[in-house]
Amino acid sequence: MDFDKELDARGLNCPLPILRVKKALAELSGGQVLKVLATDSGAVKDFQAFCRQTGHELLESSELGGEFLFLIKKKA
Amino acid sequence: MTKKLAIIASKGTLDWAYPPFILASTAAALDYEVQIFFTFYGLTLLKISLDDVKVSPLGNPAMPMPVPMPNLLQILPGMESMATMMMKQKMQGKGIASLEELRSLCLEADVKMVACQMTVDLFDFKKEDFIEGIEYGGAATFFEFAGEADVSLFI
Repeated sequence: MDFDKELDARGLNCPLPILRVKKALAELSGGQVLKVLATDSGAVKDFQAFCRQTGHELLESSELGGEFLFLIKKKA
Repeated sequence: MTKKLAIIASKGTLDWAYPPFILASTAAALDYEVQIFFTFYGLTLLKISLDDVKVSPLGNPAMPMPVPMPNLLQILPGMESMATMMMKQKMQGKGIASLEELRSLCLEADVKMVACQMTVDLFDFKKEDFIEGIEYGGAATFFEFAGEADVSLFI
């Protein structure tokens, strides 16, 4: 899937992935998609919670070989 | 309407220093307006240098140690610094932010930090020992914000 910006949050632990995502989203415009790579297993639930509370859309959340991939669409 | 989080940070050890900064920075990322009121030992967390912020295994049976260590040995000079060094190394290895980093992220995210003026006077702290961008106030200052907060925590 297409994305507009990529954020490598691998190796970072709570709450850094969320804080980095917040910053990265601020640099995008509404409707653009941020791709996030992470290794923090707590990030799966945290990104769901983050998106529910902020209104951004979690398009994808998947795991591949111990790494997590998220696609977040910035709210309009 | 913007949600508000009010925190009182009253502890000055490494383990107790993390929760206020983790919660404040995360809440700010969730678009909360956040204020932390630092009182008593918590004021240490506002000093420019956070080197005094340590963790002690003494009297803390829940702290995981590489080898079991009786309290009688833990009172030896240097044990606290060693435990602190080990804890910081472990945190770094696990990708956990340093206190300094979390604190600057809070400031960047406009988390308002208030130093308890009474404690500053009590411990004869000097304003030049503290970071810039903080305010000084008392209990009434805290309640002005906390009275309208959605979440209030005493840490």
